[in-house]
Order: sequence, then structure tokens, then C-alpha cells
Amino acid sequence: MQVVFLTFSLTRAPKPQPQTWTGQHEKFIPAGILPCLGLSCQDKDCTPYPRYNTTVPLRDNYPPRQHSSLNPTSSVLRTLDRRHRTRREGRNCIRYRCGLTNTIQDVLNQRPGWVEVKEDGDWDFNWCDVGWLRENFDHSYMEEHVRICHFRNHYELTRKNLMVKNLKRYRKTLEREAGRMEAAKCDFFPCTFVLPSEYHIFVEEFKRSPGSTWIMKPVARSQGKGIFLFRKLKDIIDWKKDGSRSEEQKDEAQVESYVAQRYIENPYLIAGRKFDLRVYVLVTSYIPLKAWLYRDGFARFSNTRFSLSSIDDQYVHLTNVAVQKTAPDYDPEKGCKWQMQPLRCYLTAKHGFETVQTLSKEIDNIFIRSLLSVQKTIINDKHCFELYGYDILLDQDLKPWLIEVNASPSLTASSQEDYDLKYRLLEDTLHIVDMEGRLTGKEKRVGGFDLMWNDGPVYTDVGLEALGSSCLVANTHLGCVNDRQKQLQQLLKPFPGQKKT
Amino acid sequence: MLDESAELSVSITQIVQRLKGTHLHSQLEKQAKECLHKPEIKLETLKDDVRRLLKASGWERKLQNAVYRELHILPPPGHPRAPPEHTKEPLAYMCKAQVNWEKRILKSLNSMCTELGIPLARKRPVPEQKELTNKWNEMGTDEPDLSKFRPVYAPKDFLEVLVGLRNPNNERSEDLTVRSHWGLIQVSLNVRNIPQMREMYPELGLTFGQLGIDDHTHVPPDLFESEHIHIGKKVVSEQDSAAAQQYSRQGCPTGLRAQLWSLILNTTNDPEDITHYEQLKARVIHHALLVDNLIYKDVKLTASNDDYYFVFEDYLYQVLLCFSRDTSVLEHFNYNSATPPKSCIQSKSGSEQSAVVYPPNGVIPFHGFSMYVAPLCFLYNEPSKLYSVFREMYIRYFFRLHSISSLPSGIVSLCLQFERLLQSHLPQLFYHLREIGAQPLRIAFKWIVRAFSGYLSTDQLLLLWDRILGYDSLEIVAVLAAAVFAFRAENLMEVTSLASAEAVLADLSTLKVMPLLQIFLFATSV
Repeated sequence: MQVVFLTFSLTRAPKPQPQTWTGQHEKFIPAGILPCLGLSCQDKDCTPYPRYNTTVPLRDNYPPRQHSSLNPTSSVLRTLDRRHRTRREGRNCIRYRCGLTNTIQDVLNQRPGWVEVKEDGDWDFNWCDVGWLRENFDHSYMEEHVRICHFRNHYELTRKNLMVKNLKRYRKTLEREAGRMEAAKCDFFPCTFVLPSEYHIFVEEFKRSPGSTWIMKPVARSQGKGIFLFRKLKDIIDWKKDGSRSEEQKDEAQVESYVAQRYIENPYLIAGRKFDLRVYVLVTSYIPLKAWLYRDGFARFSNTRFSLSSIDDQYVHLTNVAVQKTAPDYDPEKGCKWQMQPLRCYLTAKHGFETVQTLSKEIDNIFIRSLLSVQKTIINDKHCFELYGYDILLDQDLKPWLIEVNASPSLTASSQEDYDLKYRLLEDTLHIVDMEGRLTGKEKRVGGFDLMWNDGPVYTDVGLEALGSSCLVANTHLGCVNDRQKQLQQLLKPFPGQKKT
Repeated sequence: MLDESAELSVSITQIVQRLKGTHLHSQLEKQAKECLHKPEIKLETLKDDVRRLLKASGWERKLQNAVYRELHILPPPGHPRAPPEHTKEPLAYMCKAQVNWEKRILKSLNSMCTELGIPLARKRPVPEQKELTNKWNEMGTDEPDLSKFRPVYAPKDFLEVLVGLRNPNNERSEDLTVRSHWGLIQVSLNVRNIPQMREMYPELGLTFGQLGIDDHTHVPPDLFESEHIHIGKKVVSEQDSAAAQQYSRQGCPTGLRAQLWSLILNTTNDPEDITHYEQLKARVIHHALLVDNLIYKDVKLTASNDDYYFVFEDYLYQVLLCFSRDTSVLEHFNYNSATPPKSCIQSKSGSEQSAVVYPPNGVIPFHGFSMYVAPLCFLYNEPSKLYSVFREMYIRYFFRLHSISSLPSGIVSLCLQFERLLQSHLPQLFYHLREIGAQPLRIAFKWIVRAFSGYLSTDQLLLLWDRILGYDSLEIVAVLAAAVFAFRAENLMEVTSLASAEAVLADLSTLKVMPLLQIFLFATSV
């Protein structure tokens, strides 16, 4: 049994910013889409899920929860007090802790043989929010079989400034080691500077491209709070003043960091509307890197029509752009998202099969490069897995751009369809984490997840002979049919104590 | 009865008549004249040489496609002495029912007009025209107050009319026999049974490859699919309408569908089509019509609330508003049992009244009308192209779904077809549903009227419409409706009320159209 104390990571973690870091719900709205969005869209993913009678039984109907017999103690004490246990095969239930109250709770609740533990009980599986992680991770002792849904320093990828820093460094390394061509494959994020630290190089770059539009985003805030667009330097003087003022009050409040990012002025529009993609990637290990791509996902549309003219006013505070739909029978829960399948169908109809293939390849490249850029930075820990929500924007030339990565993609559903998608996604996530020991570890596909990277690219097995071995096809199927039910039936051994149907 | 060759020559004369004076005609003439200057033309073989050149330059194909299109909309030749109304609808009681229905619609429209004090049409003041021009691409952002407007009618109202249809020659109400009707449709029309359908739809047979079956993972495409795509590209490059139509019977690949459909429909998107669309747009900008509000309302109620189509709200206005102004649509009333509604306008002097068609295209939109356009937005970006494809689809197919007629592809036949298929293949189910007061047609009618638009997921809907185009018939829509009932028969046998039956059939978005059709037509014991 391996004991891992991760206290050293304390020194590496940046100081938490409780006043801004909301943690739990990394909010729904993609930064790139905001300026032209009515915010009616934005809050959708954050509102609780009131409308649908889910087909799953309610929490209280589920077999009575078995409460842990242990006295509630602090996690540190508990750690010391912990008795050795048999490995998971010997245990008849999996004790889970869930820090969120949405779809994930339903999924965990529904899972045969899984039992929720009270606040301080011992757990085998923890779906916590990042706040909990920050508070408790370093003090926790974890047995070998235990799993938790975040990596300790996930923010290396999911905070806007650190992501860019890591990507820039990765690109430099590539350029040095593999040449310019290879480094160019990392050009999928808009030109970005961290302010205030990179203010001077930013100003240089800004002056080099007069007339272009930039977007400012606070690095640690979500939901599109504090984002604005600008075209003139004087527009950010106010911001700069604010920044320097708080700098004087050194310890009290930290300077809020921003990133200034080149705004993508030619987004791909569908019927005049801007949209971005939310795609789910599951990482089960960083060393070696093992990453899975989910087939489903969605495109989020803005309600307003895209136009650059609206940002001529010097500040466009996004929160003020909310355009409420007032049509008599307008249902605000609807009309904002496309699932990935209709989007793929639409793009194929307009641009042909080959173009969409190329696009998928380029999107895969974004996932893989961004993960590789933090591979050595993220503290690999076999207890950890993480489900990332990638926000991707397409431009008119169908080039995909990485906007940001969320460590806690919203799991609150906005509609029945959305609920179903997230439910399936989480179920398949649990299949892959495989607390029940039903997989061999060699699977290339589990439900809606396709293995995208396993210490190297993964290719499909099917039809290699027919196509000739020179032609390798990536094992990813974003936006393709997700016949997971069938696949899972063939793949999985039944749950312990359950007969195969 | 006319013999075949006489029939043929009548058709030829008709087509020649219709193509004379078209733009294509003048272009062909121009091309032929230009040919004359070429050195390879010899006087002795002038006719053949010109033909050869027209063939080589693709003009012959264009003529063929134009003729092919005319054949589609040409009414079947009747007896030479039959009055022209007979080509619209040969049965008197159907005619009468249609006329009464039109009167009701018009009355409802007029009363809304007077109630709200809104004129049928008005010229927009110049500032309003400017505003509309600027907003043309984002009409959906406009939020006019539409609470006072209500759709003129909904499919439900129309179903009541169809249920009320009776053949006066067949009035034997008390005489309930085996041959009498269990269903809602009480008239007798000739509809196909399954063996006849198997002959009609051989390409849907179990031994034929189909797009929409087993094309789950696109990578790598399986053998049929890659072969089919290969052929599809060839068809597109040949620019042959007839070949495209035949091809479509096995389904169009997503990436080629837009081209194939406009080839089948022969919508060329020439400069004239674009000009035509621009003219219609100008008419929308100059005049406001009462029906515009109905269109707005319908889009807001249906497409804007749809999970797939909400994105296309603006396109729908751009197409539907122009459509209502398009007087070339009137031509389809030559073979449609309906007659365009007329309204009186005061002439300038104020003394005389004259009748004009209202709305200018003669089509009053009903609840759900915009769903005929919505799926096409998946295929076409340019409004003018989208528009011409929709117009052609309407005047070939969709009008039949809301006109009372005895034609095989008409709504009455489709309803009867649906009921007959269920009765003969799932008699217990039909009986059960009828007993609990859930007549199957009450549930399926809305699907049929919209040709399933808005009920199936988009990819499946397009696969279905591939077959409508491929077989040049809406019949397949009725077959699918029956197949859906068959597919959910087990659950339906357990329901005890109309509401629960409706609940079982509420969500069709997970259905796979082609396997359902194939199993129903070819794997059902007859």
C-alpha cells in the first residue's frame, strides 16, 4: 500500500483568492462568445434544474443511505485513525462523497452498490469541488483504490493566465527541439498577455496592429464577470488605475490579474449567430498521458446577431447586453444549444465530409497539445482523474481556437436533452474510472468516450486492412453517433452482484 | 381513353408550350447562333452539328432537366373534353369540401382583420422601409406584439374537416359491414397495400444498401457508403436530374445532399433566380401584409422553440415573407385542388371594386407552416438558393398536405393509407386504440401534415425527405407514421387513454427512419 503525502504542493500553489474564485461552478458562458451575447443564455447552465421530471427515482427513494459508523472527526484525525481495509474486490459497496448538487449526484445515487457518506465519513470516491480540493487535499491520506475528481494543481490548465503561460512555454520548447513547423501546431490560442505583468509587451503588440479588437478577462473569475472589449489603449487606463491602487495595499487584496487577448473578429456564424463548442475530455493520468474524448457535446449560440459595430462604444460591459426574449410563447430554457450531432451534420452539409474530418483533427490537436503543455507541470497522482470542459471557437475559415478549459464544467442541466447528455457523460466517466473493476484497462472505447491519447496517438482498429496500413484514422468521433448503450453492454462485466441482462 | 402515343404528343405539346419564351429558351437560341460561327459546323450537317455542340457544352442536359421538371408538375392528362377544373380535382364532393374549407379560412382571416383593425396590406412609410432594410438579416431580434394574432388554423382543425368528408354516393350509414371504416377517414380511395408498395419501393428492400442504416460511425466509411458517395459525386458532376432522383432513393450523403436536391428540383440559382428573390425582397420592404404577422407568430411558436431550428429564425422570415409575395406560386393552382383566396380592393377612384388574390401567392400560412422551410436551412446558406428550393418543394409536394383532394399523394389518401396499413397489419393495436378513444390518426395527423418536420431529428428527417424526392411522392410519410406505431406497438397495447398513447409517441427524436421503414415494408409478414 502506497502512502502519498502531498504537502510539498502547498508551496507551489499560488495563494488562493477567495474573493474571486468561486470554484464550484465554473460558469457556463465562454469568454470568447460573451461580447455579443444576451446573457439570458449565460445563466442557463447555472440555474437549478426545475422543469423536468427525471425518469430516475428521487434521492430519497433510493435504498436508505448507510451512514458511516465512524464518529465525525476532522479529516486529519481520521486519516491517522484509519484502519486498513481489504482491497475493493472484497468490499461490497463503494462509499462516495459528492460536493455538488446536480446531475452528478443523481448519477452517483443511481449506481448499483454505491453509497453516499456523510460530510466527514470515509470515502472511496470523491466528486468534490475545487474549493474542497484546495482546503483538504494536502491533508488527506488516500488509500490506493481511492479516486478523486481533480488533479491537485489543475489550475495550471484551467486558469486563463497559466494556461497561456504553459502553452507559450511548450511552444518555445517545441520550436527549439522540433523546429518551427512543429511549433506552429500550437497556434490555436489567440495572442494573449497577462496583465499587469506583461503590460509593456502587450502595448507593443497592441500598437503593431492598430484597429484590432482586444478582450480583457479577469483570470480567476468565471461567468463572464468583468470581461470587456476595447480597441483603444485609453479604454484600459481606468482598469490600470484600479490595478495600481490595489497594488499599494499589498497583502490585503491581491492585484486582480487579467489577460488581454486578441479578439477573434471573424467567428464562424450560423444564420448570423456566433457560437462556441463545449467538448468534454477526460484525463485519467498525466504520466503517461491518457486522455479520452466524449462524442457528445454542444454548441452554444448567442441570442443576438454578431456584429463588430456594437463595440464601438468604448466599454461594452457584457452584463449589460442582456437581451431578454419577450415573445409570447418563448421558452427561455430552450433555443440556445445544439448537440454536437446536428452541428456536425450542418457543417458536413455545407462544407463536405473531408473538411469536417480536417476540422476534427485540428480540434483533437488542441486537446492533445494543451494537455501535453502541462503534462510535466501537473502533479500526477494515480488517485486523480479530471473531466475538462473545453471551450472552442471556430472562425470563418473553420480554424478552431482554444478559448479556455474548465476543470469543473457545469453539470447542472438546462433542459431534458442537456440533462440526458450530462447524465450519460458522467456515467461513462465513472465506467472509465472503474471503481468496480469491470474493465481490462485496454479498452479503446468506453460508452461515449473514445481513447484519444495513450502515451501517443490512438488509431482505430477497424478497416485498417481495407484502407491500407499507411492510412491511420484517429480514434476520435466527436459529433458522431453515440450508440453507447450497445457498446457498454458488450464491454462491461455486470456490476458486482448483478446479473447481466 | 386516349392511346399512349396521343397522350405523349399532348404532353409534348404542353411542355414545348411552357418552355417557349422561358429564359432557357432564349439562351439555347443564343448558344445555337453562336455555334454557327464555329469552323466545325458544316452546312450539310447543320442540324446535327449544332445538336452535337449543344450536347457537348452541357446545354442539352439543361434542357433535359427542364423537361424533367415540367413532367413532374404536369397534371396527368385527362379526357380531352373534360373541363380544366377536373385536373384540379375530379370528385365533386372533394371540390365542395375544399371550397367550404377555403371559405372558413377566409372568413377567419377577415374577421381577425376587422377585429384588430389591421388592413390586409399597407404601404410602409419610408422610415419603416429603411429600418426593415437594415434589419433584414436579423428580423428575429424584433419582438413585435403578436398576442392578438392567432394562427388561422391548426392541423387539428383541418383534421376535423377531413374526418367529416363523406361520399354522397356511398351513404349507407346504418349498414355496418366488414368493409366499413374503423378509422376516422370515411371516404374510399384507392391506396396501396404492402405487396404493392414492395413493388413501388424496390430500392428500400432488405438486399439494397441504404444510407441511414449502419452508417453509424463515419470513420472509416463502410464499403457501401464510400461506394455510394463515389457514385453521388459522379451524379453531381453529370448534372442529370433524373439520375439524381434515382440516386436519392438510397439516400443522399450529407455532404452532397444540397447539390443533389437542387439538381433533382432543377433549381439552378441562376442570376435570374437571384434577381427574382431580390424583387420579392423589395416587395416585402415596400408593403406590409397582415399575413406577415401570422408568419412571425408561426415562426416564434414553432421553429424558434425547436431544439434544432431556433438558429434559423432569421432565414425563415427571409424565405416566408418573400414567399407570400411570390405570384409565380399561383401557377401551382392549376393542379392544386385549392383556389387562391380573393379579396376586394377599392380602385383609386373609389367607385369600383376589383378582386385580387390575397396573399399574393395565394397561400395562407397555418400553424406549423414554417416547419416546411426549417430543415432546408441545414442545407442552404444563401437566402435566394434556400428560397428557390423551398418554393419548388412547396409546389411539388407540400401543398398537397393541406389541400383536400383525392390525389394519391394528397392528404386524404395519406391519412387513409396510414389507417389501412395499421388496420391490416396491426388490427389488434388499431382496435385497442380505437376502443380507448385514441384513434391513431388523431396522433399521427400532425406528423403527416408537416411531413415529420420538427418531430424527427434533423439527420433522420433529411433521410426521409431524400425518399420523398427520390420517389416523387409523399406516400412514404404515411408508411413511416404506421411504422412508428408498429415500433411502439407493445407499449401502446398497454395504454388506456389518448393522453397516455400520446405520451408514448411524444418523442420521436430517437427514431431511426430507414430501419423502421425497411422492417415495416419488407420484414412484415403479409
